[in-house]
Amino acid sequence: MDNRTLFIDTFFKPELIVRYLPDILKGMLVTIEIAVLVVVAGISLGLALTVVRSLGSRLFNVLIVVFVDVARALPPLVLVLIVYFGLPNVGILLPSYAVLWLVLSLVLAAFAEEIFWAGILSVRKGQWEAARSTGLTYSQALLHVILPQAVRLTVPPLTNRTIAITKNTALGTVIGVPEILNQATTAESFSFNATPLMMGAIAYLVLFVPVVIAGRYIETRFAWRRA
Amino acid sequence: MDAILQQFFNVDIMVQAAPLVFRGLGMTLLVCAAVVPLGLAGGLMVALAGRARSRGVRFIVALMIDVFRAVPPLVLLIFIYAGLPFAGLRLSPFASVCVAFFLNNSAYYGEIYRAGLDSVGAGQREAARSTGLTAWQAMAYVVIPQAVRNVLPDLVSNTVEVVKLTSLASVVALPEMLYSADMARSLTYNSSPIVLAALVYLVLLWPAVRLTSRLEHRLGG
Repeated sequence: MDNRTLFIDTFFKPELIVRYLPDILKGMLVTIEIAVLVVVAGISLGLALTVVRSLGSRLFNVLIVVFVDVARALPPLVLVLIVYFGLPNVGILLPSYAVLWLVLSLVLAAFAEEIFWAGILSVRKGQWEAARSTGLTYSQALLHVILPQAVRLTVPPLTNRTIAITKNTALGTVIGVPEILNQATTAESFSFNATPLMMGAIAYLVLFVPVVIAGRYIETRFAWRRA
Repeated sequence: MDAILQQFFNVDIMVQAAPLVFRGLGMTLLVCAAVVPLGLAGGLMVALAGRARSRGVRFIVALMIDVFRAVPPLVLLIFIYAGLPFAGLRLSPFASVCVAFFLNNSAYYGEIYRAGLDSVGAGQREAARSTGLTAWQAMAYVVIPQAVRNVLPDLVSNTVEVVKLTSLASVVALPEMLYSADMARSLTYNSSPIVLAALVYLVLLWPAVRLTSRLEHRLGG
């Protein structure tokens, strides 16, 4: 067998592609579902935490900073394993995809809060004062003056972080969430061939290359231009 | 409440598991000592190659960056560890981790360096060249130091991500900290060993996380 057929037989074996394509597609659907739910929950919670933090209560701020720091310092896989194996023993049974969703949402919320807060801080104090002095209430000033400026600064880092965290849906394979990687490794061990893994990798490329390119576009689109 | 303490903060079990977890920590640090410098160097190469005069080189670099940013590191790692042996290339867990994270981290660090290099005005390079420095000297002594300083917060926060990433090595049975802690968990049917590992990660990374959020609070500064 020459090198070329060996390569194709190892990574692109046609009959295996046909056999396992439905599984990989199913995995893609699971990955997309969890990713979307993580983005929605994570960014909403992050935004909510930012609003709470802007109220300036000491107690809440300490709690938020501790939560954010812990979620940023711990590897997500550590959190996944703690939640997945720990909670059943204290009587809380969550299905594996819920565990993955919960952990990734919390991690994204932490990063999002941090980014939003940095964005708010970066808007100069005079903007607040000017807005309030024209008669806007606190929430009007926040909504119409501060946030629009802050969002501009936060969009690029938030996009990058969101992409990185949604890619972590692959961690679900460790606790048996039937997402792309899980389908691919299962198929690999049944077929004893690397083709399913290659299919899994390509599935991720199909899903995430457009997202990465969109992220790059957003980065330039929202770049802060200063005189 | 008591059940939670028993399950997550059982001191007896933590003490029992500590030797194993700390041996794992040694391996985690060893992996970091390999992948962080590899990533930093690879990223710089990627960023410099991305500024090559040849259009083909630039295209290939951009393509590779996008590919390695799109594929989750765990997928890359499993592909290298479990997929390449079918093609006759069998790497040890440690080598697989190094190769996978080198590819992944070079793309991420590369993007950071790129932003840094872009942030240095063209006048700096021109001034350096006009004093008689060669192109490489101007790059190495004038442009790169300023570029690195401009993106230092991003480099630090990406390095935190890289250290966290090493926990993925547990999936390919490299006995680093998470792997050891998870082994202790499965022996004791108790999550405290993993909580112990989490505490160690926290001690290791919390100062860096604090530092980056301090630096990032001057976003757009």
